[in-house]
Amino acid sequence: MLKDITLGQYYPQESVIHRLDPRVKLFGTFLFIISLFINDNFIGYIASVLFLTTVIILSKVPFSFMVRGMKAIVLLLLFSVVLNLFMTEGEVLVSFWKLTITKEGLYTAIFMALRLSFLIIGSSIMTLTTTPNHLTDGLEKSLGFLKVIRVPVHEISMMMSIALRFIPILMEETDKIMRAQMARGADFESKNLIKRIKSLIPLLVPLFVSAFRRANDLAMAMEARCYKGGEGRTKMKPLKYQGIDRVSYLIILLYFASIIAIRVIV
Amino acid sequence: MSIIVNHVTYRYNAGTAMENTALNDVNIKINDSEFIGLIGHTGSGKSTLVQHLNGLIKPTEGGIYVDGADIWDEGYDLKKLRGEVGLVFQYPEHQLFETDVFTDVCFGPKNLGLSEKEIQLRAYEALKMVGIEDDYFYQSPFDLSGGQKRRVAIAGVLAMKPKVLVLDEPTAGLDPKGRDELLDKLSSIRKETGCTIVLVSHSMEDVANYADRIVVMDKGTVVYDDTPRNVFKHYKELKEMGLGVPQITETMYALKEAGFNVSTDIITIEEAVKEILGC
Amino acid sequence: MEIVKADHLSFDYIRRDEEGNVEGITTAVNNVSFTVKKGEFVAILGHNGSGKSTLAKHLNATLYPTEGAVYVEGKDTNDEKNLWDIRETVGMVFQNPDNQIIGQIVEEDVGFGPENLGVPTKEIWERVEESLKAVGMYEYRTKSPNRLSGGQKQRVSIAGVLAMHPSCIVFDEPTAMLDPIGRKEVIRAARALNDVEKITVILITHYMDEIVHADKVIVMDKGSIAMAGTPREIFSQIDKLKELRLDVPQVTMCAHLLKEKGLNIPGTILTNDELIEALKKCR
Repeated sequence: MLKDITLGQYYPQESVIHRLDPRVKLFGTFLFIISLFINDNFIGYIASVLFLTTVIILSKVPFSFMVRGMKAIVLLLLFSVVLNLFMTEGEVLVSFWKLTITKEGLYTAIFMALRLSFLIIGSSIMTLTTTPNHLTDGLEKSLGFLKVIRVPVHEISMMMSIALRFIPILMEETDKIMRAQMARGADFESKNLIKRIKSLIPLLVPLFVSAFRRANDLAMAMEARCYKGGEGRTKMKPLKYQGIDRVSYLIILLYFASIIAIRVIV
Repeated sequence: MSIIVNHVTYRYNAGTAMENTALNDVNIKINDSEFIGLIGHTGSGKSTLVQHLNGLIKPTEGGIYVDGADIWDEGYDLKKLRGEVGLVFQYPEHQLFETDVFTDVCFGPKNLGLSEKEIQLRAYEALKMVGIEDDYFYQSPFDLSGGQKRRVAIAGVLAMKPKVLVLDEPTAGLDPKGRDELLDKLSSIRKETGCTIVLVSHSMEDVANYADRIVVMDKGTVVYDDTPRNVFKHYKELKEMGLGVPQITETMYALKEAGFNVSTDIITIEEAVKEILGC
Repeated sequence: MEIVKADHLSFDYIRRDEEGNVEGITTAVNNVSFTVKKGEFVAILGHNGSGKSTLAKHLNATLYPTEGAVYVEGKDTNDEKNLWDIRETVGMVFQNPDNQIIGQIVEEDVGFGPENLGVPTKEIWERVEESLKAVGMYEYRTKSPNRLSGGQKQRVSIAGVLAMHPSCIVFDEPTAMLDPIGRKEVIRAARALNDVEKITVILITHYMDEIVHADKVIVMDKGSIAMAGTPREIFSQIDKLKELRLDVPQVTMCAHLLKEKGLNIPGTILTNDELIEALKKCR
């Protein structure tokens, strides 16, 4: 069940998107997310859908794989849709019992759902097509200017990349501990909220103990392999812009410009 | 208590592109008070199979019958089943969580809804059975040695008084003496309580010495289900599966190949000594 | 020439309570001395809690002796300026395959060590290729480690260490969490490194069948060296090994019992072939 979360996982594949410089992908994701908040009409969303679909097809990552990742946030999505659907005031469309659905509410709800799902899919494409190591390099390079004001950019990106590597492992572990405690009669599905929270202790304590043990082991393994921070490190895969990256920058900018244009004109 | 695994097939991610068949038409009958060795290498489906026995996993096809009742029938008490079919996972010490050993062992029986007195009595008995001394009862489980932690975790399942005890690789990571001690303990627990034991293991020597019956799994199916002696006759096939036979059986095959007139139908060292002296 | 030398090494774990006061001292390693020569295959054997892993962690300056000293190629591990030289010379493969892989792609993980050493990009690729080939994992170079078996993960870890071009690799119970196939893969890889690449191997384990081919075996108990010698010398003392919570391979045990029954079997038998030879002479 927990293995279904695809956010933050890497999907090995040979594709244009996989080969792109991570800085391009970071920049693209960043602008794509902003564009979602600029959109205020359906034409804008059509442009976003087109852009996203093209990227998904080019990435060769099965769409079903991304959708599985969405399952985890379905609840959040529903919640925001329901909230918007019933809580927005305006022109009444349908009304029953104490609930009313307004035209404005319907619009906001749909926009909200689109925005959230695009946001998740958009950012998961980045992680699906970029190895954490690559992503880290991209972040480190893009944010390199922060080093001037003493932000430990390398350390932060290394931490991120390790976190990403251990997400699937800890997920699997959570699943396993849960089953083991269920075998001892633990009940994780109780209706009673207090009982339910209490039932998390047998899950969370072992999980934390294990996470600390792993952290300790990993730190030792990294030091044994002479890891001493970013100073004096070379790169196995140094970042270098290729022609395709420059073209991609151009496409991303064009997309962004058209989103702004749609917003201004329509 | 008998468990029947009837034509069980299990697929991970059924219905998606990532579909993966972990079990394929598995049929097994587990009888009262047996000591069964379940062998197969990683990915053979043995861990998936044992989780079917106490209803942690629902078969995609087929059914599990415990004392004649289908455990996936509506209204079947799965929680009670989990008390009766005790499952000890691999590295069970990783599931310890309480502040002291005794309270941790009480967790299982507490979940069964027993009286406080009964819970404590069972926890005490279980800890005694696995050979944990009173001095350790109120220590943090995290301060114990690896072997002790393992035994406390097993006591946590034993305290539910299971009629069937299933252990997934209980000796992994233990030193030779620790391994022998634990297996001897399991053997004596069976004699004391009359419970059935299903031992999942990679070690052919361990199952040869302790099990009455061996079930061999490969690629999600049951390949052999017989006495150790008969199973280890399939020397070549077991080797091809990457499982092999006990070292001593291997020795006898080597002797035979070198021209010695010995039987290869040997699974313990004692038998081997007798056979070699006899020829 | 000796590559590792432990000289009257002792190590105490100091347990402290919440206020930081000393609660108790556990001596994990007690007055241990030994040397490992270049190119040797040395096995360190011992039951759980015998101090063998604590000892291993001294060999690449992860832990420092409370008393005595450890020298790697003549350099004192206690001297901080030697730290990175020592870790480059002595690589370490740990027990848990998941907790020592840093990269999410096999080749990136193998490149991690050389990156830390500041090796130029082109050479990193060469080292990654040759290391992965040496452990037979080259065809998996673009795979995610999460999809590999335990034995394959451990081989990736070995390649990761190998890419740093160490003269010595310490294997700290590399097979404890693996199944029989994985164990064989890892031991085969370790032996190949020793035979072909002439890398010094120090293998810490409690599996008796893994040490049969070692040049030298050190058996630890309660933090001290309880026995030392060739595998044959060690395995000839079955009763003592049992006392130390250890075991012998089944064929050794069988030969031992045959001898007790009066068969004229010379010395100690370690393999099936040796037993065959011995029995042939008996006839």
